[in-house]
Amino acid sequence: MEIRVLKDRCTGCGLCLTVCPFAAMELSNGSIEINEACRLCRLCLPACPEDALYFAGAEQGQWNREAFQGVMVVGEMLQGALHPVTLELMGKGRELADQLGQELHVVLVGCNSGQYGQHVLQFGADAVWIADAPELEYFRVEPYANAVEYAVNKVQPNILLLAATNTGRSLGPRLAVRFRTGLTADCTYLHVKANGDLVQIRPAFGGNVMAQIITPRHRPQMATVRYKMMEPAAAQRRPGARIERIPLADAQLRSGITVHSVKTRQQQPSISEAEVVVAVGRGLKAQKDMQLAYDLAELLNGQVGVTRPLVEMGWADHTQQIGLSGRSIRPKLLICFGISGAVQFNAGAASSGWIVAINEDPEAAVFQMAHYGLVGDLYEIVPDVIQGLRERRAQHAVF
Amino acid sequence: MVHIVVCIKQVPESRDVEMDPVTGSLLREGAASVMNPFDLYGLEAAIALKEHHGGTVTVITMGPPQAEDVIREAYMMGADRGIMLSDREFAGADTLATSYTLSQGIRRLGDVDLIICGLQTTDGDTAQVGPGIAELLGLPHEAAVQTVHKVDEAGLWVQRDMGDMVMELSLKLPCLITVTRQVNQPRLLSFRRKMATKDWPVEVWNRADISADGPDYFGLDGSPTQVERMFPPEPHDQHERWEGTSRDLSERLQKWLLDEKFVEQGAAPWKSES
Ligand SMILES: Cc1cc2nc3c(=O)[nH]c(=O)nc-3n(C[C@H](O)[C@H](O)[C@H](O)COP(=O)(O)OP(=O)(O)OC[C@H]3O[C@@H](n4cnc5c(N)ncnc54)[C@H](O)[C@@H]3O)c2cc1C
Ligand SMILES: Nc1ncnc2c1ncn2[C@@H]1O[C@H](COP(=O)(O)O)[C@@H](O)[C@H]1O
Repeated sequence: MEIRVLKDRCTGCGLCLTVCPFAAMELSNGSIEINEACRLCRLCLPACPEDALYFAGAEQGQWNREAFQGVMVVGEMLQGALHPVTLELMGKGRELADQLGQELHVVLVGCNSGQYGQHVLQFGADAVWIADAPELEYFRVEPYANAVEYAVNKVQPNILLLAATNTGRSLGPRLAVRFRTGLTADCTYLHVKANGDLVQIRPAFGGNVMAQIITPRHRPQMATVRYKMMEPAAAQRRPGARIERIPLADAQLRSGITVHSVKTRQQQPSISEAEVVVAVGRGLKAQKDMQLAYDLAELLNGQVGVTRPLVEMGWADHTQQIGLSGRSIRPKLLICFGISGAVQFNAGAASSGWIVAINEDPEAAVFQMAHYGLVGDLYEIVPDVIQGLRERRAQHAVF
Repeated sequence: MVHIVVCIKQVPESRDVEMDPVTGSLLREGAASVMNPFDLYGLEAAIALKEHHGGTVTVITMGPPQAEDVIREAYMMGADRGIMLSDREFAGADTLATSYTLSQGIRRLGDVDLIICGLQTTDGDTAQVGPGIAELLGLPHEAAVQTVHKVDEAGLWVQRDMGDMVMELSLKLPCLITVTRQVNQPRLLSFRRKMATKDWPVEVWNRADISADGPDYFGLDGSPTQVERMFPPEPHDQHERWEGTSRDLSERLQKWLLDEKFVEQGAAPWKSES
């Protein structure tokens, strides 16, 4: 571990000399050199106006794995409430922490995030780090990054996980640059090796291939995880579970971004949240046949999802698209009909609890994913199911 | 007058790559390359802003010599200047090393008001390079912008879709944005501009041109992540095939849905047995 000087940036202004308590910095040839007196206190880092100094926490060879302990996950708030992806990150985080025999830390940044501290501790966190300030009401990347950076510097975690949401995808790369470490996007599978290395698996080339990635020489090992890919954390209270505060000075709360207005959209029922999804594809012959999906979804109290071609034809909204370039879903039940089961579709659907597929082609790839594969004509099967379930419901209503 | 830099990347035209399950090698059909589709939207946004406010649009790409094609394409759309960051030492870069290389190239350009990236590439597919550049340059950024309104004293005005919220924001200049496909409709390439720009130079910068820090920030050496292996997605094994008449299949599915409590259980006994 050492403090490094980026020569591309250093202007030799000497401001860092004035803050170093150990006289470890010297000016030579118009740029700064750091000598053996350095105690790694890092006071010089914020003093540099050019960001030319950085803490090389984990460079080749000369770092100590043991110095990085624990798993940290960055939770998310959604309109003042806890985003459910937080519990999914915690579920995975707890599992990895248990494998390592280390602690799970959760960071929560937002306005009034403090009220969720105890809640988070009910789901297996050893510590929750809270940054709570009015300036943090809406996601603005600089203060959010500052808050997470504070917690990371305190804990020095081995692993740092974020959600692959709009927020996490903005925040993750900035933090990875700050720590000069690797960040693997959209992981679908994570586990740790005995030596603490994180094995990160993600789809590559549009899901046709899976890539296994490691970050062997840098810490923290960072990854983003898609919403609805991991099992949510179970309720458990850890002994010694604690709440920590993240203090942020005014300068750290400042942002170059001003939020002028926010329109909350009517929360449309979303396929990501639904317990039951009825998904349809190009096996439908006409747009009006979408009604079959809506009727079945209504009977099962579910939502309708589609494959990409249906979105392209304008038969459904892009928020209904399941798959690699659409949404990942994890309902208890997914019923697919008229879907071939391309890898790109399956990538977003395969984590569903039960998968039932109806397709007239016995060779369709969707049957490789389905628990129950019905070989037949959707136009015969689905209307019959709808009619049968309607009759049951009518009988039920009588009693 | 604004100086806008657009980061553009050359990507394989098709993502239809398959893997040989035995040898583990990638079977890529054809080698046709195009500009990353998202970057076309970024370039269109930049040219539209230039047309309103005056100024210049510079495109920058990191890639092998044949990446010059995407710069020529950008000239045909309306870019004024093109920079190619090309050096053997840049090869094998992950998102950190790519962000670093591009940020050093942009530093060398000097005064830049706005940097635009595509939301993501179709090959790397990470959406990480844009925010990474912003951090390296110490600029504010907004990712996944879906409308670019204007530039005024307050900065750049944009709209961002957060799924459940739509936000109107302004960013102080200089800043960086990444754009989605909703942001505009990229113009077609003009034959007239093709003729007019065919002799325009493309500046090529190598590592020594953009950095005094030595090779370990670039390419494979500057990349913390390592690909350990690639493998085909595994189909899972647990499945049951139901065959029979449509009527039978329908009955069986209804019964299963009731047994698993996905529909409210009626009071009458299930009929199929009788
Ligand atoms: C980079 C990339 C990203 C992509 N991302 C996505 C994504 O996110 N989501 C997505 O869905 N796609 C995505 N795709 C597209 C994907 O490759 C497939 O083209 C698409 O999923 C196919 O949709 P489908 O199953 O509806 O249509 P088809 O493949 O045409 O399948 C229709 C199926 O219906 C069956 N059928 C027809 N008539 C009947 C009937 N009467 N009864 C029963 N069965 C019938 C047929 O046997 C066939 O299997 C992506 C592609 C690429 C290259
Ligand atoms: N090699 C590159 N050269 C220029 N721009 C790039 C390069 N790689 C990524 N970018 C930019 O960063 C965006 C996001 O890329 P990615 O993080 O790979 O998904 C792209 O849309 C480009 O604008």
